[in-house]
Amino acid sequence: MGETWFLPCSHMSKREGEQFEGFQGESPQLPEAEVGVPQGKGIGTSTLRKEDAELIAGQGRYVDDIRLPGMLYLAFVRSPVAHANLGAIDAARAREIPGVVAVFTAEDLHFEAGVPCGSNPTGDARQPTRWPLARERVRMVGEPVAVVAAETRGAAADGAAAVEVDYDQLPVVVGSEEAVREGAPQLHEEAPGNLCCSIRYATDGFDEAVAGAEVVVRQRVINQRLTPVAIEPRGVVAQFQPSTGEVTLFTSTQVPHFVKTFVSVVIGTSEAKVRVIAPDVGGGFGSKLNTYAEEYVAVAASKALGGTPVKWTETRQENMLATIHGRDQVQDAELYATGEGRIVGLRLNVLANMGAYLQLLGPTIPHLTLFMATGVYDIPNYTCRIDCVFTNTTPTDAYRGAGRPEATHVIERLVDVLARRLDLDPVEIRRRNFIREFPATSPTGLLYDSGDYDKTLDRALELVGYDELRRDQAKAREQGKLVGVGLSTYVEVCGLAPSSVTKAIGVGAPGWESSTVRVHPTGKVTVVTGTSPHGQGHATSWSQIVETELGIPFDDVEVIHGDTAFAPYGLGTYGSRSLAVGGTALYHSLRKVKEKARKIVAHQLEIDPDDLEFEGGRFHAKGSPERGMTMAEVIGAAWSADNLPEGVEPGLEETTFFDPPNFTFPFGCHVCVTEVDRETGKVEISRYLAVDDCGRVINPMIVDGQVHGGVAQSIGQALFEETVYDEDGQCLTASLVDYMIPTAVEIPQIETERTETPTPTNPLGVKGIGEAGTIAATAAVVNSVCDALDVDHLDMPLQPERLWRVLQGLGEKPVEAGPLETKGGGTS
Amino acid sequence: MGERLSITVNGRGYEREVEPRLLLVHLLRDELGLTGTHVGCDTSTCGACTVRLDGLTVKSCTVLALQAEGCEVQTIEGLAQDGELHPLQRAFHEHHALQCGYCTPGMIIAATDILERHPDPTDEEIRKGLEGNLCRCTGYHNIVIAVKAAARG
Repeated sequence: MGETWFLPCSHMSKREGEQFEGFQGESPQLPEAEVGVPQGKGIGTSTLRKEDAELIAGQGRYVDDIRLPGMLYLAFVRSPVAHANLGAIDAARAREIPGVVAVFTAEDLHFEAGVPCGSNPTGDARQPTRWPLARERVRMVGEPVAVVAAETRGAAADGAAAVEVDYDQLPVVVGSEEAVREGAPQLHEEAPGNLCCSIRYATDGFDEAVAGAEVVVRQRVINQRLTPVAIEPRGVVAQFQPSTGEVTLFTSTQVPHFVKTFVSVVIGTSEAKVRVIAPDVGGGFGSKLNTYAEEYVAVAASKALGGTPVKWTETRQENMLATIHGRDQVQDAELYATGEGRIVGLRLNVLANMGAYLQLLGPTIPHLTLFMATGVYDIPNYTCRIDCVFTNTTPTDAYRGAGRPEATHVIERLVDVLARRLDLDPVEIRRRNFIREFPATSPTGLLYDSGDYDKTLDRALELVGYDELRRDQAKAREQGKLVGVGLSTYVEVCGLAPSSVTKAIGVGAPGWESSTVRVHPTGKVTVVTGTSPHGQGHATSWSQIVETELGIPFDDVEVIHGDTAFAPYGLGTYGSRSLAVGGTALYHSLRKVKEKARKIVAHQLEIDPDDLEFEGGRFHAKGSPERGMTMAEVIGAAWSADNLPEGVEPGLEETTFFDPPNFTFPFGCHVCVTEVDRETGKVEISRYLAVDDCGRVINPMIVDGQVHGGVAQSIGQALFEETVYDEDGQCLTASLVDYMIPTAVEIPQIETERTETPTPTNPLGVKGIGEAGTIAATAAVVNSVCDALDVDHLDMPLQPERLWRVLQGLGEKPVEAGPLETKGGGTS
Repeated sequence: MGERLSITVNGRGYEREVEPRLLLVHLLRDELGLTGTHVGCDTSTCGACTVRLDGLTVKSCTVLALQAEGCEVQTIEGLAQDGELHPLQRAFHEHHALQCGYCTPGMIIAATDILERHPDPTDEEIRKGLEGNLCRCTGYHNIVIAVKAAARG
């Protein structure tokens, strides 16, 4: 069995049941960055993106665009069955196909270790080794069994189709509930009962504390399995130089440095010889926050082929089977409250479906649900149990929001059910429970940095005209129309993550981020960032920070990312962390450059450094603006180095590795107005408003874009999307014909508004916005449709058929819509 | 081994010998090096491969290269004329109508067809016209605004 995996391979000490005790001291009050009026292309301006020029002209460079001389194409032979012992693999016929150069199975390619998992929330999680090519047994449809290398895409595909594999089929289990039942098919010897781990947390004396509660709301909530569907499938171009052991790997990833570390370990070559490049990446949404079997197989195949470069481009069907899925939690929740709707306790039990193997962060995802399930509410008593289980399905891992959408959805649904039970308006029940003192320690020990949940709620109600909306709804109901208004007041944990906390919750990787600032002799600037953007516009936002903080114009700044040969070790882009952690690393590097420049100017002007002021990229003596030096002059002095102060080196280049003292906690209020067609059950979203607070905003245009995208993905989850398996473990939604992601027709115009409550966690005061949409919006949409149909609860996706069934039941007592049987037996 | 193919792409003529099963999108990307047209699915659903073929808007993943024998193909690379961006390219930039950029070439090509059919399109006409082009990043919000802005030139 591969040894327990932790990044970067330092062995974590085994510890039993050690819980994250939460933050001991206060979150430090860091100096506020000067909150000047936005000017030029600096912080706060909606500057147009410098990333666009190549992308709108078709000059982008994605992995599949890359071709190396002599390159061969790879095609994988994948298991068509969900659970089987692997018999003989006969590649004879395949090898005769013209253009096929080689066929490799697990016997032919050597790996030092399996596909890594860096998550062990309880210290005793079962992490079964998953070899890049299956050995002895396959446990999911789509698991790679062999790989064919050929001269053309067609020949590779023909070769893969001609490989004959004997599968000695075994019983299959798909749903998480079935997986833990007595006698269920067992996937891994080391995981009796298919249990990966059981994460438990409880505040002291929970049962006594909630015993007196006058109202108890019990509700099962299904957060259905989703497929991320980044429009660019995954892909790699790999070359292993046998003479030097050097590896060059282009891969569509969000974490090039993690891939570099793991390729060196799994392949067995020095990490100093591995170069990973994330070129342009066509979206990730968490699905590329991982390392995959195909990356290791491609490098090993190139090695076995004597250094010939190879390319594998994932087809969409492969993507929907072999790239991680998201969510898939069965939640049983109980909310305890007084007669006036004051919540005293929350109990949450979750069955989290891990799939056949653990990918990089498997059990950490539901662990984040545990941390955030109490949401924006002051809930003193909380107990949560998360059982992570293995099933014969594609592994689940981080998908935009990663555990926090599931938390917000369950609490925002429960609060609405409580409001109905007590006949209170959803706004009123929320007001009676908001957290109002900040920083606030959550029942799970997190320290909410800053917030004002009334502010975003009030702003949303004002913009949407809540009272008038309710009057219109009443009138519409009189005409027999099914109109609903839904709210979601959310808080998310972002800015991942303080490294002491990642270690305490069993995540192998730390949470810091790096940035280098290099001022060139001609006054231009190169920023090297450890983040790995794939649509978020970091080059633009980082350039804005340089303009404001260093006074060097936006257009004189280049930002390099995604190539491990240039960048200092970086932890990549996910968890809405890039600006809060990577942006702050940049801010500190700029501060160091400014401090060094101040010494040089003071020395050259022969005045005291404290008598200098810095404005618009220029130092000048207080009181006599004409005596000063611009940054361009400073770099000239630093470069010529003929007159530098004592102890100051030539050049102007600084690097920072910033470990945040705390997470950040963006928050907000979303409102959704829907109408359900009585005949067809189809949901129409007539209005969607998002009021978000992500602290200080660097580029309002980019922030709006992130909200639009996140809300659209949430509308997809709420109304359309569901990954469905039949009982044989065949995925019935493994193509874009069967898995409907919303088109431009289904998504309404999305109104966005913001308030700005800076965070003390970092000097920029920024919190992060990337996942606000997916975290807030499913609850707003479902709350709205439940309001329209006047029912307690409905499980997603609210496809027309499901609502039509409820509508037929209309008139009886509100239908407790548990998991409805969809044809083919979904995972619910 | 292959069949003779002559085709014009973005105004330039090409002669190639191709396998009968070669898809037009792979001819463009692998044989002619025009990698601006992308592949995002295998069911002609996503639209990332949209090109113009003799004026028609087609999904080049569902057209055999040989079907384009003697045809005029326009790809994203051929939209800008002598260094001047097409109004749609400029509008997508000015209205933040792209994030990762992978769907953008197909989205812009599809939008050229919409504007030809609807010189002053409504939001609904734009959204209906883009129903065959999937985007996962933008939620389509700014794309609709950009297409409308381009219509106004």
